[in-house]
Amino acid sequence: MGAVLTAGELRKGTKLEIDGEPYLIVDFEFSKPGKGQALYRCRLKNMISGSQFDRTYRSGDKFNAADLEEQEMQYLYNDGENYHFMNMSSYEQIEISAAAVAESANFLIENLLVNVLLFQGRPIGLTLPNFVDLEIVKSDPGIKGDTASGSTKPATLSTGYVIQVPLFVEEGEKVRIDTRTGQYVERVKS
Amino acid sequence: MERDETVLLSGRRRFLEIRSRVIRLIRAFFENEGLLEVQTPILTGAPAPEVHIRPIQAGSDHFLATSPELHMKQLLAAGFEKIFQITRSFRAGERGRFHHPEFTILEWYRLGANYKDLQQDCQKLTRSVCRAVAPLCRPHFRGVELDYEGEWERFTVKEAYGRFAGWDPGPDPDQDRFDLDMAQKVEPNLGFPTPCILEDYPRSQAALARIKPGNPEVAERFELFWAGMELANGFSELTEPEEQKVRFEAAIARKEQIEGIRYPMPEAFLASLHDLGPCAGIAFGVDRFVMLLAGAQSIDDVVAFGPETA
Repeated sequence: MGAVLTAGELRKGTKLEIDGEPYLIVDFEFSKPGKGQALYRCRLKNMISGSQFDRTYRSGDKFNAADLEEQEMQYLYNDGENYHFMNMSSYEQIEISAAAVAESANFLIENLLVNVLLFQGRPIGLTLPNFVDLEIVKSDPGIKGDTASGSTKPATLSTGYVIQVPLFVEEGEKVRIDTRTGQYVERVKS
Repeated sequence: MERDETVLLSGRRRFLEIRSRVIRLIRAFFENEGLLEVQTPILTGAPAPEVHIRPIQAGSDHFLATSPELHMKQLLAAGFEKIFQITRSFRAGERGRFHHPEFTILEWYRLGANYKDLQQDCQKLTRSVCRAVAPLCRPHFRGVELDYEGEWERFTVKEAYGRFAGWDPGPDPDQDRFDLDMAQKVEPNLGFPTPCILEDYPRSQAALARIKPGNPEVAERFELFWAGMELANGFSELTEPEEQKVRFEAAIARKEQIEGIRYPMPEAFLASLHDLGPCAGIAFGVDRFVMLLAGAQSIDDVVAFGPETA
């Protein structure tokens, strides 16, 4: 059980447990009609399913803070269904479902250190480092003489994900990706 | 961090200039109308006991005023027949886009007037300020241009709830239902593009207002809305000391249950009611008015320092 919160302590960014699931307050508005009671209008996002809804609370309402923690883990392998990680403090191995890994799978390479978000000890998502270096496994050579700035071509990463890279980038090279935008940053000399 | 604060402050220059201009114009308007500007205490031993307004305690036996209302009515009872004040008031726990725990409030009172006279004042004040600042800015909110010259919209509470919430609150509605529907269904529809008067509140929703002669279900209270935002709350004042005392006692008892604090009875105010004739008074939110004129999204934009940086 997380700490008990009152409606007056709710803010944008507060994480609550509702009906056994973790919710993030993504939008918050305090209102107080006339001489009436204080009302706290929240847009809540389910941290597992991503679904959102609005709910209005009153001053007397009480909540449990969602029991969440982040732990550093190392990515090991994918068994075809689940992703396996090792907890770097306990050396325990855990499995995370493809649904919880979501788009992070595009940039997961072996031995990468990530932060895994646990709700009541159960993994529900992960945060990648902001920048990850990945190898290009397939990309057609750029057309000779086409040096116009801004020209790009598709390139397939070792994870199978396809990004746009500048024409000078070649197969077998490593590139740095911003995992928050999913975009190419620079070529990495290996 | 401190550097960021300085950058933020310099970015607010335009809003703060509009604010300064608006406050000067409000003052000029009331001086022109012949009202006397007064100052009343911010530190008080006995704030008005209202169930949903929580005072901030200052020292062991004082509070910061939640509004200048009681002291201003005492002045009225002493024969100052037309008075106004622009001051700071304080309410614990109120923090949002349209609320700061410390805020700027305009109040004015007139002996021999009723809530309809105050509605006229609101119209004249709003138009006069908007016209005067028009070369600098025009009122708008979330991209919607507002209209201060057109005819104002007007609903009784009964009409507004019937139309926007689908029920009649009667004289003593369920508090939760009344408040929730006000916030979610009624308010957001009021005051586009001209300001809107919402009047004749259920009797139970007007602790300091007079019951309407000829319709005992409602009190002579109104609120002014613009762009879905509450701007002012005024009423024909309750001037019977016994009735006022009964209402205060009920509020003090309820506050003790909710807050665990027994607030003192405002005795000096109650005593002054014996000398107070029919009158009307109103509280008007200066910060929100400036917001609309400046086209700001939040009170944070129109004050130099907010609750977190004060």
